[in-house]
Amino acid sequence: MADLTTVFAGRIRCPNPFWLASGPPANCGEQVMRAFDAGWGGAVWKTLGEPIVNVSSRYSSVDWRRQRMMGLNNIELITDRPLDANLREIAEVKKRYPNHAVIVSLMVESKRESWHTIVRQAEDAGADGLELNFGCPHGMSERGMGSAVGQVPEYTELITRWVKEAARTPVLVKLTPNISDIRAVARAATLGGADGLSAINTINSITGIDLDTLTPRPDVGGKSSHGGYCGPAVKPIALHMIQQISGDSGSKLPISGIGGISDWRDAAEFILLGAGTVQVCTAAMHYGFRIVEDMLDGLSNWMDSKGFRTIEDFRGLSLPRVVEWKNLDLNYKIVARIHPEKCIGCDLCYTACWDGAHQCIHLDRAGSDGGGQRTPAQVEAESLRKIAMTPIAKLDGAVGNNDGAYATPLARIPRVDEDECVGCNLCALVCPVDECITMERIDTGRPPESWEQRMAAMEQGGNGG
Amino acid sequence: MGLWASDEIGRRFAEIHPPLDPQAALAEAARCLYCFDPPCTSACPTHIDVPRFIQKISTGNLRGSALTILDANILGASCARVCPVEVLCEGACVLNRHNRQPIEIGRLQRHAMDYFYDSGASLPSPAAIAKASRVACIGGGPAALACAAELRKHGFPVTIFESRPLAGGLNTYGVAEYKLRPRDSLREVELVKSMGVEFRLGVLVGTDLTLADLERDYASIFIAVGLGPNEPLGIPGEDLEGVVDALRFIADYKTTQGIQVGRKVAVIGGGNTAIDAANAAKRLGADEVSTIYRRSEREMPAFLFEYEHSKLEGVEFRFQTQPVAILPGKVAGRVGAVECVRMDLGAPDASGRRKPQPVHGSNFLIECDMVIEAIWQSRLLEFLAQFRGIEVRHGAVVVDPETGQTANPRYYAGGDCVNGGREVVDAVAAGMRAGIAIAKSLDERNG
Repeated sequence: MADLTTVFAGRIRCPNPFWLASGPPANCGEQVMRAFDAGWGGAVWKTLGEPIVNVSSRYSSVDWRRQRMMGLNNIELITDRPLDANLREIAEVKKRYPNHAVIVSLMVESKRESWHTIVRQAEDAGADGLELNFGCPHGMSERGMGSAVGQVPEYTELITRWVKEAARTPVLVKLTPNISDIRAVARAATLGGADGLSAINTINSITGIDLDTLTPRPDVGGKSSHGGYCGPAVKPIALHMIQQISGDSGSKLPISGIGGISDWRDAAEFILLGAGTVQVCTAAMHYGFRIVEDMLDGLSNWMDSKGFRTIEDFRGLSLPRVVEWKNLDLNYKIVARIHPEKCIGCDLCYTACWDGAHQCIHLDRAGSDGGGQRTPAQVEAESLRKIAMTPIAKLDGAVGNNDGAYATPLARIPRVDEDECVGCNLCALVCPVDECITMERIDTGRPPESWEQRMAAMEQGGNGG
Repeated sequence: MGLWASDEIGRRFAEIHPPLDPQAALAEAARCLYCFDPPCTSACPTHIDVPRFIQKISTGNLRGSALTILDANILGASCARVCPVEVLCEGACVLNRHNRQPIEIGRLQRHAMDYFYDSGASLPSPAAIAKASRVACIGGGPAALACAAELRKHGFPVTIFESRPLAGGLNTYGVAEYKLRPRDSLREVELVKSMGVEFRLGVLVGTDLTLADLERDYASIFIAVGLGPNEPLGIPGEDLEGVVDALRFIADYKTTQGIQVGRKVAVIGGGNTAIDAANAAKRLGADEVSTIYRRSEREMPAFLFEYEHSKLEGVEFRFQTQPVAILPGKVAGRVGAVECVRMDLGAPDASGRRKPQPVHGSNFLIECDMVIEAIWQSRLLEFLAQFRGIEVRHGAVVVDPETGQTANPRYYAGGDCVNGGREVVDAVAAGMRAGIAIAKSLDERNG
């Protein structure tokens, strides 16, 4: 049975690596305690700081194919509750849940004294660690806070240093992705003495525009403002940035991974790229705290099936498998193979290959009339020329409508020209049936060779000739 | 027995396929895979670009969706309701081979078409009448409407001659009320009228208007007269009061002309019309309805889903039963029973179905006070014989299937009078093909 207990940044202990990210689900003590009861291992308290006022409305989202909230955008600022209420509740939570991690997110004006004060207040309340919100991309950044700090490595380093002067608990710096190279800020936080990093914060976004009112969402009295984008849509961006930081020799800090984590699979992927804990917000906002149950259960079962006893057993295992493009093997070759017994005849692979790839999938299993392959336009025109009639047994006799060994008519089952296939995966990606198109390894008979090696060999050959 | 008010008909014949609510339509549209060279489109006789119109529903472009449908099938609204989608588009859906739940294409099509009609039914501006050659359509049913609409798109002036007081053919008079109401059919007629087609209703060609006049005034003539009433069974007692033709019975209740329904009704025949009549009799108040068919359920020409539906309506099926006489009951001159014999099924006949043979001495009576006959629609042989140079074989007009052209090049034909009685969508497809061919031929002739 897998052991999910986690120690993060040396001193932050928690029963599992699933934390609520700083945001609406960690807005008050009552929520955080219910989350802990549901199974969450920790929570990053919604950012404490200067008094603010929030607007209405605050969120907007991107749906995809009727699935809600593929991406979520918010223009909500830091906590709008009184500081003393937050501090009192933090103390209460820590008293009642001593074994869970309570990290307190902080954001104050860029003054040394202000930071020293808030750090002391949070730690006196019982915080197990601090997370410096240098990532919030909306509202607060206009006042010189949030991502206005995180986008400038020098500011990040300076404020981290101020915080470290006062802090007794581990200090995590939360990074903004709204920057050309996230490693620059990660290195700055390292130089400033941070104990860990949280990444990523939300991405600058305008989710869409109401085509009736012409107002972008979320609508605040006919106006909108850019917000921070999160949810499943941002996961690939977050994974890349986690990999960038993890693989960077300039910052070897523990990472708390954030960005679209919705289930245990997402969590496992973040951990495989080096994250020590994971933070979740959108999924909890969408489905409630209860979703953590399968996160724990699924991760634990997967670890058992893989023989991983602890999180550390698999943390970072995928990192060596991310290399620069120039180090990939040019002689590795795969081709697409369509399994006709699974094909349902949608022919999406065919159109994808012709219009979006390399024109090497053909509809010729039922015999071709020669003279080269038919184009998609020719295939469609042939179908439209055929006269179809409602089959009526009384008039037509017994109607048989299949012509081959498969459930799908042979004429609709595409065929891959393996000599022309470049192994791009597109057909397998668009195929709606699992395992219907598999990518098969072809032995090229050539040893592995990277671009650099090939260039070097050519140069050598050139010199020799 | 008695007359029903039209709202009572509406109550008794509530739609069996109610419309999708807008959100359900979006969810259903999102399931469509958007197949390439889609099998649903190939299976549709009018080749409606199904994934395209579904995609347009999912993007909220309902007008574009409706126009995509209408471009291929001017009767898209009625086809959405009456098509046997199980054996057409939905039967061809690849999802039948995936998760076994095809896209509800018929209901999505209806969703788009309902939007179109509810929002004013405005087509893009109709083509001006730019061509001199006039075209006549004899008959005002689906084939003629489709042919006329197609010709108007090509700029030709078209006149429809319909012998009945209303156009629309079986869509108006013959489709089960719970699928399509006359007013649904008539708004499609109005749409065709809005394209500039002239309608001359209550005009019987050959009687009210001579063929010589027709041929003088019209360059091409499209014959789409459908089929005649059901053939009599040719057994004693068919002249008794209470014996009716199924199509007449259906037309009467749909137009609330006065509906007389017995308490015990026997419907004779195993086709879709027999099913419609039996279901209607049940809904109109008959206590018992028996459908009598001489072969077994395996050979029954009605669609399987229609048969299953009819059983749910409470209709009893009597298979391998052949009526031999209709007998009077207590009231002189009125039907009281059908005398039947049991049938054995022998070797397969030319249609591949086993041939029924009467069992001697097995005669028995089915008591009833109404008999509805629905065995075989007659062919309008006398009417068709008026047209010179047209070949009629086995009761059907012979045409080139690509163009609908008959042996007399001025005459084209389509719909039930050519195909022997198929679906609305088959008639629409034939009408469109003929419309395109007529336009091409006239354009070529006129240079």
